Amino acid sequence: MKIPEKYQPTIKEIKFILRKVKDSPLSLAGTAIVAAFIIIAIFAPILAPPQSYDPYIIPSDPTLGYKLEPSPPSPRHPFGTTRLQLDLYYGCIWGTRWAFQIALEVITATVAIGIILGMIAGYYGGIIDEILMRFTDIILAFPGLILAMTLVTVLTQINWKTIDAVLLSIILIGWPGYTRLIRGEVLRVKNEDFIEAARASGASDLRIMFRHILPNTIYSVIIVASLDFGGVVLTTAALSFLGLGAPAGYADWGRIIYDSIGFVSGGLRWWWSWTIPGVFIVLFVLGWSLLGDALRDVLDPLYRRK
Amino acid sequence: MGLKEYIIRRIILLIPVALGVVVLIFALLQVVPPERRVILYLTGNPREMKPETIRAYIHQYGLDQPVWIQFAIWLDQLIHGNFGFSEYFGEPVLDGLLARAPATIEIVLYAAPIIILVGIWAGINAAVHRDKPFDHASRVLSVLGTSMPSFFFGILLSAIFIATLKWTGPGRLTFRLDAQLSTLRGLGQWHDYTKLLTIDALLNGRIDYFIDALKHLVLPVTVLVFINTATLVRVARSSMLEALSKTYIIAARAKGLSQKEVIYKHARRNALIPVVTLSGLIVGGMLTGLIITETVFLFPGIGHWAATAAQHFDVPVVAAYAMFSAVIFVLANLIVDVLYAYIDPRIRLG
Repeated sequence: MKIPEKYQPTIKEIKFILRKVKDSPLSLAGTAIVAAFIIIAIFAPILAPPQSYDPYIIPSDPTLGYKLEPSPPSPRHPFGTTRLQLDLYYGCIWGTRWAFQIALEVITATVAIGIILGMIAGYYGGIIDEILMRFTDIILAFPGLILAMTLVTVLTQINWKTIDAVLLSIILIGWPGYTRLIRGEVLRVKNEDFIEAARASGASDLRIMFRHILPNTIYSVIIVASLDFGGVVLTTAALSFLGLGAPAGYADWGRIIYDSIGFVSGGLRWWWSWTIPGVFIVLFVLGWSLLGDALRDVLDPLYRRK
Repeated sequence: MGLKEYIIRRIILLIPVALGVVVLIFALLQVVPPERRVILYLTGNPREMKPETIRAYIHQYGLDQPVWIQFAIWLDQLIHGNFGFSEYFGEPVLDGLLARAPATIEIVLYAAPIIILVGIWAGINAAVHRDKPFDHASRVLSVLGTSMPSFFFGILLSAIFIATLKWTGPGRLTFRLDAQLSTLRGLGQWHDYTKLLTIDALLNGRIDYFIDALKHLVLPVTVLVFINTATLVRVARSSMLEALSKTYIIAARAKGLSQKEVIYKHARRNALIPVVTLSGLIVGGMLTGLIITETVFLFPGIGHWAATAAQHFDVPVVAAYAMFSAVIFVLANLIVDVLYAYIDPRIRLG
């Protein structure tokens, strides 16, 4: 098959990326870990068939009796069970899907807000820029987790579901970073000749922003977003650990650890109940941060040709 | 521009941010209905008050007035140190904060120097021994440090060292010693000079208390160090690598200086300049880390206090803690900026 001339640069680029990834064992490891998690998330209904109307509710095993203590790993429960005989394997598998769902929702929202506001601030400048930047200053003046915790506490006062409050609060602490990033990128490219050329040929502001500026800023957004995947899950897990998050018995890694916290006093006796979900979190965050570094190496012009 | 003018300008720039922090928290609190919000102004427990008393307070603090008047009254209350009443802890918010601050200060006092020393030492050495085993080891550890949730690391340590090996326990002191403390105070054999247990123990000549308090600090400090050092190592490493590639290093080598002199006298000093800016970030990391760490080890500091309040949806405490940490964070960044300008004249002159 003859590949048209037009696609040659793209093919060359893909080959370059693949070679870069192949040369670095850490990038390869990151890609493999993330790929494994994506497969788990997609095939969760097959890997662990749901047993109730809400697949994120972890089923408990009545054959083990209603004793409180976790049961060790067995053929029926490869990861063992935790409090009230909730199946850890099920929890970790569906927890993966849950982590992706939260991270995707949060990152889609923060990136969208960041693109719109960052673009407006950077392109038009002036008073709008000043107001938006001072607003991001204020939000960034708080350590993220603490502001999120405050918003969750306040929203539950007016009977919001905790999980919705958590999502909103993580979006609230996430958007200023993207807004600033995109604003900086817009400032970098907006005085380039090709923008001037586009304007001279009569392109509208919207067209210049989305057709000419955005494609030039998107790489840094992709890098930061991939690093953020782990960050969002870490923040959610920290909130869950404080009891602010998914309800008890939910397939949320942080919540499973929170539910198993009483068994830590047994030392290593019930190790599986808190170690296994913990390892899932660590691997997930690790995978995304390695992948983010790998993406930086291939996408960021400052790093790539070294 | 002189250093003095630079500092003054930075402080003036801070005022809108500090005010913004208060406005943001005020705006968030607006979603809570006035009958619940009034607790942010009270100094006594609303549970023990009659409904008409509460209504009188709502009127007194202007909760039936337009928003800007409410804000002015609230700001006035904050300036006078009234942060409201904590229903869960049954005490005014400020009292709670002040009572728990020493425990936190004690952790930070031990953790901060270790973070800075270890972080810079490891970063510089990783750069000097680039691509050698030390570099790889510090990289693996710093990747783990950023990927490991602090609560999970804390749980791991407490399962091993507290529950299994029984080397130490939760809290600030062993229960027996803690219980004796009030007796000792009553007998006049214990004076609270600083409220920092390790220092007070030494001043009171109680080695047993000193060792016990120190043992209780080891695990929380370890967690804080582990999760906060990683970024520092990374930045110190890349900054040192950059410094080592500068022409003045080649000049120093050409002069025939020893490797040691080149690294520690010429390269390291310049490499440390960007590292200073990171200290602000570390303060932020500490404020967050303390919430988790103190909760895991049941260490009675302000982080544990805020986390417990959040679990029981005690709004005044959480709001106060948020404002408190934002102010500390902003002040830390101010100090960092000033230090930076002091070390590097290019900043204030540029």
